[in-house]
Amino acid sequence: MNRRQVLKLFGQATASLAVAPHISAKELHGFPHETALTEDHLPNPAQTGRFRVLTKQVDRDTLSAVYDRLIPADEYGPSATEAGCLEFIDDQLAGDYGSGKALYLEGPMDRENEIKLLGKPQFLATPKERYLTGLTALEAYSQKHYKVAFAALSPDQVDEFLLALEADTIDLGKDIDGAALFELMLQNAREGYLADPIYGGNKDMAGWKMIGFPGARYDYRPYLARRGEALNLIPVSLIPND
Amino acid sequence: MTIERKKVDAVICGLGWAGSVIAEELTRAGLNVLAIERGAWRDTSTDFPPAVDPDELRWQTRRSMTQPMSVETTTFRNRPDQKAAPVRDWNAYQFGWNVGGAGTHWAGMAWRFNPWDFEVRSKTIERYGVEKTEGLQLQDWGVTYEEMEPYYDRFERIAGISGKAGHLNGEKITGGNVFEGARTRDYPTPPLEDTHWMSKYRKVVTDMGYHPFTIPAGNLSQAYVNPLGITMGPCTYCGFCDFHGCGNFSKSSPQACILPALMRRDNFSVLTETEVLHAVKDEDGQTVKGVNFVTKEGKLGFQPADIVIFTAYQMDNVRLMLLSGVGKPYNPATGEGTIGRNYSYQTCSSVTGFFDNENMNPFIGAGALGVQIDDFNADNFDHSDLDFIGGAGIMAFNTNGRPIQNAGNVRPGTRRWGTEWKKAYARDYQNAASIFCQGTSMPHKDAYLDLDPEYKDRHGQPLLRVTFDWNENDQKMAKYATDKAIDIMKRAGAVDIMVDNQAEESWNPYKQHSSHTIGGAVMGADPSTSALNPYLQSWDAHNLFVVGASAFPNNGGFNPTLTVGALAVRAARAIHETYIHNPGPMVKG
Repeated sequence: MNRRQVLKLFGQATASLAVAPHISAKELHGFPHETALTEDHLPNPAQTGRFRVLTKQVDRDTLSAVYDRLIPADEYGPSATEAGCLEFIDDQLAGDYGSGKALYLEGPMDRENEIKLLGKPQFLATPKERYLTGLTALEAYSQKHYKVAFAALSPDQVDEFLLALEADTIDLGKDIDGAALFELMLQNAREGYLADPIYGGNKDMAGWKMIGFPGARYDYRPYLARRGEALNLIPVSLIPND
Repeated sequence: MTIERKKVDAVICGLGWAGSVIAEELTRAGLNVLAIERGAWRDTSTDFPPAVDPDELRWQTRRSMTQPMSVETTTFRNRPDQKAAPVRDWNAYQFGWNVGGAGTHWAGMAWRFNPWDFEVRSKTIERYGVEKTEGLQLQDWGVTYEEMEPYYDRFERIAGISGKAGHLNGEKITGGNVFEGARTRDYPTPPLEDTHWMSKYRKVVTDMGYHPFTIPAGNLSQAYVNPLGITMGPCTYCGFCDFHGCGNFSKSSPQACILPALMRRDNFSVLTETEVLHAVKDEDGQTVKGVNFVTKEGKLGFQPADIVIFTAYQMDNVRLMLLSGVGKPYNPATGEGTIGRNYSYQTCSSVTGFFDNENMNPFIGAGALGVQIDDFNADNFDHSDLDFIGGAGIMAFNTNGRPIQNAGNVRPGTRRWGTEWKKAYARDYQNAASIFCQGTSMPHKDAYLDLDPEYKDRHGQPLLRVTFDWNENDQKMAKYATDKAIDIMKRAGAVDIMVDNQAEESWNPYKQHSSHTIGGAVMGADPSTSALNPYLQSWDAHNLFVVGASAFPNNGGFNPTLTVGALAVRAARAIHETYIHNPGPMVKG
């Protein structure tokens, strides 16, 4: 996999189409012709190489310690960070996902009532803000209770902590919902491990190989009649081969 | 300074399935039609070709094709005495957000409703007596299945639906759905093929004496040319249907089935990224004059029209009625008013079985790929000794093997992370299989829609407020259907079973999976209990038509799209065959 080449490829595609007007808020009469692939139709490959949200080393170390216990290296495959989950989440947080572009963030927020009706807390903070305050709180908690950096905890200590965080018995301060932070990190670690490698994680398609998912394939008709067989298909990703 | 536009014969608000079907009918009849769609132009081969479609993170996890909550969300509460909360994150509702609407990202299950669904009140009283209807707000649709049949047939032809008839010209046919209403023709294309799990399920339920059939699908089994001269291609079972587009011309959608013909007609045009705010009432008190809209750039405008047709998502049709002030809002305390009345969801449960040493190959999938039994759907079984009405379709499906979405499908009791989870997912990805119960939902006086008094959308208009919880009838029905599904799963040989019966706890939009919301601007023969007459014409403004699942007074144990399409054909025919020659109420109130 050569991510730089992919970036270049998509960059060129976008540049060459920049002259074509992007259709918006206009009257279409007749079949529109200028609808070839425009920027917002193509996937956005992860921009890796430098961290844009997790700019502090301590935040990256803390998150690595969490992610690599959520998805550790073992006989089933590499760890979350070995598979690129840190690069994945940094890229996600730097974009529309991190800024909560899709979310309804208008106040007022009646936290108790929202939990009561919806069964889980909602937030006015964006995922990016929740990560940054959450990681700061994790480090502070570790310094206070273990007297060392979070990243210096043993794997067993991190497991013990995560079990308690998941069970909502850790107090990270009044502004942070620990159990919700756990769910956010677990969901994103899984995403990074199992999404197409074009987004920076799932390196060498390790997540897909773990379960036997063949990836971005187009046509399974040749395999339909082979019911119940182990097909052993080699996965493919959205990243062009050469 | 607002934009003043030239008057058109008909303005269509929302260009999804319903809008496209109606625009096609009306332009073919010679009317000048303008559609206004708040999403952007999106086309099959350019926006979601096979080169970008198989992308779970983008389309399913981040839902890049559905309408964000920042554009418009709902507020929610279980009961009228509670204060509602805004729904801030992705949830059960899946509003469309592009030309093609939800018809672009739907899965493709293409059902006709059961004849009983249309006459639930009369048929229940007829068979069980009036006491069986107590506690529910049951009402007939004002149209029967037999009257709907030609319109179902037309929409199936437009969409190229794959399937096998089970009740053709009075004859029951093994292998099709023997419980379906009588058909005059078979499906336009043959049924899809079985996966491993489907064939296993088919055998088990046959041995149990039930009547399995392949689910009718808007995922085409072979090449097809529809009545508009548009060619579709065979489905490749790629497993990226629901939440995704289809660049293969094999999933039925407005893009694949209607727009190529519609867009070329001189008497049709569409304003994209432009949102209808509300209809404007005429001084005559009997009609509307047109609609106010706002463009992406924030410019306000007025579109005058002789006929206004709301064809937005179910929720938005109701919201547009409320914002337009047409008809009287429903009041649950008095039972008066019709706008917002009979909102309902769908009663769903799933039973996941875990097997040993199977290769289910779940990645071989299609949005509507499944086998179902209707032996316990609608009123197909005797309810005399049961304390509920209605039922559920019980299906085994293979819609997808997308790895993020299925990461929680591991044996019950497994830790959700660490090596324990990896080991379990590596094993269970190939060993898990699901049965889904998609059930009827019956209206209740306390389930309704109105405008939220506090929260607003990006234009400052009130959000829609949903007041809903499961009623006792639906809870009992769901329990009954779920137990049947568990029984089937055990017989299929699952060694471990995980049950998710959504009706066991109070309802909320984060817990549910179905996007099949209905009602709120319902059709019927009685203007005191319905917003629309049986042609989907407003009782309160005769040149306003409201087309969508918002018209269903109760929900069937089926996906809604085919019924929406059939109602759209019927409403459009009524407009160009009858209404335009003599504008006025087509039914006496």
